[in-house]
Amino acid sequence: MKTRARTRWAECFVTLPSLVWLGLLFLVPTVLVFAITFKPATPYGGIGEGWTLETLRTLGNPNYPAIIWRTLRLSMLTTGACILLATPMAYYMARTGEVWRRWLLLLVVLPFWTSSLVRIFAWKVLLHPEGLVKQALVALGLAGPETMLLYNENAVLLVMVYTELPFAILPLYAAADKFDFQLIEAAKDLGATSFRAFRSIFLPGIRVGLLTAFLMVFIPSLGSYVIPDVVGGPTSEMVGNKIAQRTFVDRNLPHAAGLSAILALTVVAPLVAITVLRRKTSPRDALREEGI
Amino acid sequence: MKPSRFPLVVTWAVLIFFYLPIVVLVVQSFNSARFGGGWESTSLKWYRQLLKEPSIWDALMNTLIIATTATAASMVLGTSAAFALHRYGKSLLQRLHFSLIYTPLVLPEILMGLSMLLFFVAINVELGLGTIFVAHVTFCLSYVAMTVLARLQDFDFSVIEAAQDLGAGWWTTLWKVLVPILAPGILAGGLLAFTLSIDDFVISFFVAGPGSTTLPIKIYSMIKYGSPPLINALSTLLLLVTFASVAASQHLARKGEPRRDPSRARITMAQP
Repeated sequence: MKTRARTRWAECFVTLPSLVWLGLLFLVPTVLVFAITFKPATPYGGIGEGWTLETLRTLGNPNYPAIIWRTLRLSMLTTGACILLATPMAYYMARTGEVWRRWLLLLVVLPFWTSSLVRIFAWKVLLHPEGLVKQALVALGLAGPETMLLYNENAVLLVMVYTELPFAILPLYAAADKFDFQLIEAAKDLGATSFRAFRSIFLPGIRVGLLTAFLMVFIPSLGSYVIPDVVGGPTSEMVGNKIAQRTFVDRNLPHAAGLSAILALTVVAPLVAITVLRRKTSPRDALREEGI
Repeated sequence: MKPSRFPLVVTWAVLIFFYLPIVVLVVQSFNSARFGGGWESTSLKWYRQLLKEPSIWDALMNTLIIATTATAASMVLGTSAAFALHRYGKSLLQRLHFSLIYTPLVLPEILMGLSMLLFFVAINVELGLGTIFVAHVTFCLSYVAMTVLARLQDFDFSVIEAAQDLGAGWWTTLWKVLVPILAPGILAGGLLAFTLSIDDFVISFFVAGPGSTTLPIKIYSMIKYGSPPLINALSTLLLLVTFASVAASQHLARKGEPRRDPSRARITMAQP
């Protein structure tokens, strides 16, 4: 019995530091977000006494559903574009030679090591009215001198795809790398066209990668704040921008908390949906995950 | 049947898409024209001006102080957490522990930033370098724990029992057996934490006080209100540091351990 007591003590000793730290600095603040939504704001930017439904009432203002809808739409479009570009690239990377594949992996990963602000700023330089892309488009007759490439939804979408694309390529490549390409040869021998083999054999074969890519791009996209702030304009604001505005400009913390609570619920929904979906489609995998 | 050229074309297009903005940025940093419209002349004017901006160097100093201390703290907390998860993984307590470590990895940064700001405001803590440090430890901890946990998968616990059978106390076992074996994982986690801490903007921005500007916060305010060529020059310097350290780590990786990079970590962690 003495050893069991000792194991118990040892478990507490290694568990408590991180458990207490995260409990206090992650769990409590997250609960606070939901709680402060129902608190009044003070004129000095603090949090008042008592409870109120004032924040919920203001969030009913038709502006907000429009912004939430735009956030969802831009995130879906970003995810779709990333997966469309990443799938053929993952396919190519999995089939190409060893040396070139290593180089490609390095080139895909390299942007992670550079500051994200720098990469976003690089696009601001390119899309600037006097920047290279604008001048090229004007020279080709594709854009008039008055066309504004920056500060709109398209610019936000472009830079979001740019930032999130590696997060789609890597899980898709990991899945394609494990895929048995002889299956494609077999399908073609049986008379399938390249496209048919790609659609009916390759895509189902990498579905775990597709699912991971979806989550890895969609969830961070929902919380985008810097991109719409730097290359977007007033007509392309996302939920993240509103949270920051309420925090730094109007200093209405309960309002910022309310928007964050909505964002948190939007993020959790696809996670739960996918967990449930995976349980249903493959109970065996689910069991394996539980370690049974 | 001839294989389709389509995947190859997409791959090249993506590579150009990735690197075109970076190349243009670097080239523009040597252009003396204020607005980069045309090419005036090649010069190092913006680099010289950069040296005369003390606020940038102060911000860099703050960033390095926070990255070093937060990395050290998260290495200790994260390693201990990974050990606990691996050793006692089945208990209810460890399931709760795992959810607390895993969830910060999948939530958007802005949620973590705002929630911590609310927390600090609620308990009346003054915002500054201290609050940034605490926030960085909180998100770095999860990354270190997950990296070390991955390394622990092929760790043989009989080594510990063997050490104890041979008379080693827990302190000796910890420093002479456990830490040396786990060192590659702990260092990889630490490197990841350091990179994330240096690059973090969103969370720092929310919990920073008036006098505690970090380099990313400084870059952000320069992007919003400053002069573009100066940022071009600063960005080029940062890219240079990044590429040099990646080249160095590649060189080291070829000699020793397989390399782990942040992207991979985020991938393995986000497996649904």
